Amino acid sequence: MKQKEKIRIGCGAGFSGDRLEPAVILAEKGDLDYLVLECLAERTIALAQKRKAIDPAQGYDPLLERRIALLLPLLKKNKIRLITNMGAANPVAAAGKIIEIAKRQGISVKVAVVTGDDVLKSISGDEIAIETGNPISRSGQVISANAYLGANAILPALETGADIIITGRVADPSLFVAPLVHEFGWSLDDADIIAKGTVIGHLMECAGQITGGYFADPVKKPIENMSTLGHPFADVWPDGSTTISKVEETGGNITLATVKEQLLYEVTNPYQYLTPDVSADFTTVYLKQDGKNRIKVTGGSGNKKPSTLKVSIGYKAGFTGEGEITYAGAGARERAQLAGEIIQQRLKSQFPDLRTDYIGHTSVHPSSLANVCQPYEVRLRVAGKAATADQAAIIGEEVEALYTNGPAGGGGVRKYVNEVIGIVSILVDRNKAKSSVIVKNYEH
Amino acid sequence: MSIKLYEIAHSRAGDKGNTLILSLIPYDEKDYELLCNLVTADKVKEHFKEVIHGEIVRYELPNICALQFVCLQALAGGVTTSLVMDTHGKTLSYALLEMNLELPETT
Repeated sequence: MKQKEKIRIGCGAGFSGDRLEPAVILAEKGDLDYLVLECLAERTIALAQKRKAIDPAQGYDPLLERRIALLLPLLKKNKIRLITNMGAANPVAAAGKIIEIAKRQGISVKVAVVTGDDVLKSISGDEIAIETGNPISRSGQVISANAYLGANAILPALETGADIIITGRVADPSLFVAPLVHEFGWSLDDADIIAKGTVIGHLMECAGQITGGYFADPVKKPIENMSTLGHPFADVWPDGSTTISKVEETGGNITLATVKEQLLYEVTNPYQYLTPDVSADFTTVYLKQDGKNRIKVTGGSGNKKPSTLKVSIGYKAGFTGEGEITYAGAGARERAQLAGEIIQQRLKSQFPDLRTDYIGHTSVHPSSLANVCQPYEVRLRVAGKAATADQAAIIGEEVEALYTNGPAGGGGVRKYVNEVIGIVSILVDRNKAKSSVIVKNYEH
Repeated sequence: MSIKLYEIAHSRAGDKGNTLILSLIPYDEKDYELLCNLVTADKVKEHFKEVIHGEIVRYELPNICALQFVCLQALAGGVTTSLVMDTHGKTLSYALLEMNLELPETT
């Protein structure tokens, strides 16, 4: 295979619930070689595991069908390969669904499935959680265990020549590192070049966050045409340097500031950003403006990859019950606070850690930080944990009962009960998660 | 002269378990040194005394003129099981920007 001069990779989704349209525009007008859809947050896979337990044909991304139906004709027409972790807890079933869509649309497709991240069967419960220092079984009933696979697990899938590569849990940047290794023949043991690829993956994986979306602040950081916010693509050269840009007609902006914010996003140690592929040093990265909405990224260096893989463990953590009610006008804060006190008195014996928040006043920042003035309206929120859904429902019921039992003028009650899936992590030997590739084909 | 951090810098919050991560990036790269001098880990700890219960590590990234604060025990036990409204601590970037800075006198 002749090595390409540069590779263009777009990122069409930055989380499971992301908008569909930007990926379509990238596939249509982005002149891409690869499209990546990153759709797995920490907890997404545990929730998917629950759906799979109810129906063995489920457990992949809930938006997979809509995304693939929109994208498949464009991927084929423009010869773009798709790499996505939309397989979630059931990548094999996801591939089956993709084949079904291809049949319906009369389009030939080859799908490669990466499996091996699901290590639930090998979990004993005695493994020590990094977060608690205790055995994971003590956190609650374990319902999922997924290892973060690396680029090495995706490479054999790319080598099959598949149009679509679908995975479960893999490290987000590895979704980008793998096609670069595949195209440029990089060595997985060359820590510096893999680190450069990892920087690119990290910059791209949250899609609209780098094009100004989550960056925007109309007062200090205005961004153009937010409603048509485009998602990014990266032009990558064989030396690992890259330019991040987007389709011209789309909204948003890519500036030094948007790229800096994204480079540091969720990084707990900029000297050692750990993935299954490498320990990347982000402090050696350089950024340069290279025209409007174009940022050139150079530098980035790395050290040997960790000897262990991170495994994300999902466990049952009971239920939460919540109730909300709003007070407005004169004395709104005082009436909301009285309501909160009444609920506390009624429920404190049953819910010792019951929480009351005053939305519009001090609900997300403590009062020591807030520029506290008398708010015109305040929404009381009460939340507590319970072992069962029935118990959790009591909290919303008590809030609703403030309608007739007072104080005066409360309105707009909403009540919620949610099951809680907690997440802790363990480290396992790399050999414990053996990946493999399954190919599914449809010839029209 | 006293100014709010919001006037000269921007920030994004991120989370990992019970760890809160806050970037701090000056609009004008010339202000990077000022931020290095004035926004110390201790100052951030004092600012967030009701929120952050663990250690704060400050990283300096001179290549891109940015600071990163990694704050332990800051998310009410962790994103997945906490009862707070903003479990990820996403809004806390703007809490950092509420910090007041006493600017050195210039002549």
